[in-house]
Amino acid sequence: MTRNKTGADRVQAPAETESPAGKCGWEHFEHQADIGVRGYGPTREAAFEQAALALTAVLTEPALVAAREQVALSCQAPDDELLLVDWLNALVYEMGVRRMLFGRFTVRLTDHRLDAVVWGEAVNRAVHQPAVEVKGATYTALRVAREEGHWVAQCVVDV
Amino acid sequence: MRVPGIVFADEPLLREMDDKVYEQVTNVATLPGIVAASYAMPDAHWGYGFPIGGVAAFDAEQGGIISAGGVGFDISCGVRTLRTGLTLDETLAAQQPLADALFMHVPAGMGSRGRIVLNESEIDAMLAGGAQWAIERGWGEPADLERIEEHGRMGGAMASEVSAKARERQRAEMGTLGSGNHYVEVQVVREIFDARIAEGYGLREGEVVVSVHCGSRGLGHQIGTDFLRRMALAAGEYGLVLPDRELACAPIRSTVGEAYLGAMRAGINCALANRQIITHLLREIFARVLPQATLHVLYDVSHNTCKLETHEIDGRPRQLYVHRKGATRAFGPGHADLPTALQPFGQPVLIGGSMGTGSYVLAGTTRGESLAFSSSCHGAGRRMSRRQASKRWHGREVIDALARRGIVIRSHSNRGVAEEAPDAYKDVAAVVDAAHTAGLSAKVARLTPVMCIKG
Repeated sequence: MTRNKTGADRVQAPAETESPAGKCGWEHFEHQADIGVRGYGPTREAAFEQAALALTAVLTEPALVAAREQVALSCQAPDDELLLVDWLNALVYEMGVRRMLFGRFTVRLTDHRLDAVVWGEAVNRAVHQPAVEVKGATYTALRVAREEGHWVAQCVVDV
Repeated sequence: MRVPGIVFADEPLLREMDDKVYEQVTNVATLPGIVAASYAMPDAHWGYGFPIGGVAAFDAEQGGIISAGGVGFDISCGVRTLRTGLTLDETLAAQQPLADALFMHVPAGMGSRGRIVLNESEIDAMLAGGAQWAIERGWGEPADLERIEEHGRMGGAMASEVSAKARERQRAEMGTLGSGNHYVEVQVVREIFDARIAEGYGLREGEVVVSVHCGSRGLGHQIGTDFLRRMALAAGEYGLVLPDRELACAPIRSTVGEAYLGAMRAGINCALANRQIITHLLREIFARVLPQATLHVLYDVSHNTCKLETHEIDGRPRQLYVHRKGATRAFGPGHADLPTALQPFGQPVLIGGSMGTGSYVLAGTTRGESLAFSSSCHGAGRRMSRRQASKRWHGREVIDALARRGIVIRSHSNRGVAEEAPDAYKDVAAVVDAAHTAGLSAKVARLTPVMCIKG
């Protein structure tokens, strides 16, 4: 993959890390007009955190986003899938009104309530070169499930 | 299915269409109160719930529904084209300074802010007044209004149904372009197909126009988010059995349905006000760089809407809620909603192509009324996902290749340019030819880009 000097020029490569608890990662999946975001990990929390990283990677390379400021977020929904959409939409909202990007996420889930702390910084267009804005998370290809030993959290986001 | 699904396209376009389009057209055809058919325009592609390029009309008296997904997140996203009276040579003489001035003074891309910050009462006034509100504040001329759908102001807007979050997202976003496929493009009229209508529209070969493609910004996106959720949660309550959650909708005659209708109409006004403010910015920029230009609105079309319209079904006029998602209203000659000057010609249908290929002006036809509720295509439609496009091309390469063809691109994001590469889109000429041949709308003129400011 060729990159410009900021590294934000081309599509972001999926990322995977391995902890004692198991594999964690995110990837984008195909949607003709928009983009699918998918996070996976050993726990629901990890999958939600990774889905948030995939959301940031729609805009820029997550590694380019410094953890300068923290924001606390909470949301609640009747089921896991709506909770994922609410979580991603809460991030879309905070990015929009604060003009920020987020690169680090800690999620705590209690049944269908989510409490998170997210870290990021103000958008710097020279550094981050954000490609698009995300308008919102959709219910298309929406799934939160335990598959082959790990949790997957995914949906299509509208850009 | 309660009604048939009808796709307008030629064979190559049909072959290129994602199977998901057929699935989504079929799903829409199962929804309560749908009338006549579930349609897909020639540029249709896979959306969420409804296909992009989808048209469906519902009768409230027959239990018809309204769907936030059937309108889309970017409520009233649309295109406005302005005539400048400039020749291509005059424009090319100032190509670089004009591109620089447009790039500097029209806020574009993620993280940009408008010059205007609204307080709560001004947000209410904007949501009720649309482009009329903007003109009352000095951003435009009263004559602009007759060239905008709904005369620049969507009636029935309910600002009270627009959430605090939606308002907050919009506070500093008035007069901003957004990102993705949004743009300001300076174009030349390259070819005329119908001399009579082109003359009526004031389009002459070799003259320059400016087109703006943008929508209702954060406010519209948040209304979409809020009501997709409310509709998904309320579906069971209303006895709606949906094949997929993404088809979330509510009966038009229900608390949620009426609230959405009011909020969505307010979102339409936000988009109309936004394009009006950008028009004002363009006039300021041209006055400085090319003072001989006079910018007149040719027309302003909206792509993502649900509108109450009268259509004749089996010889009887019926009031229908027509969803157009990535589709353009295309009223034919003589339609009462058109200004007098456009009555003999039909409504201008403005089709945005990619930044390398060109755009088209078409005209609404009488025949289009019986084909798909006076609707036509809205653009080229994506052939390739953003992900595929940014894997295949480098933004800089795309900019350089277009520069060699005399097209100047300005963008804050190279990756954004790569995702919008001309070859990531279907052949706009094929889409327009299909719309023309089917009779949905008639070709009037082809425009090619001179410069493009990408959102």
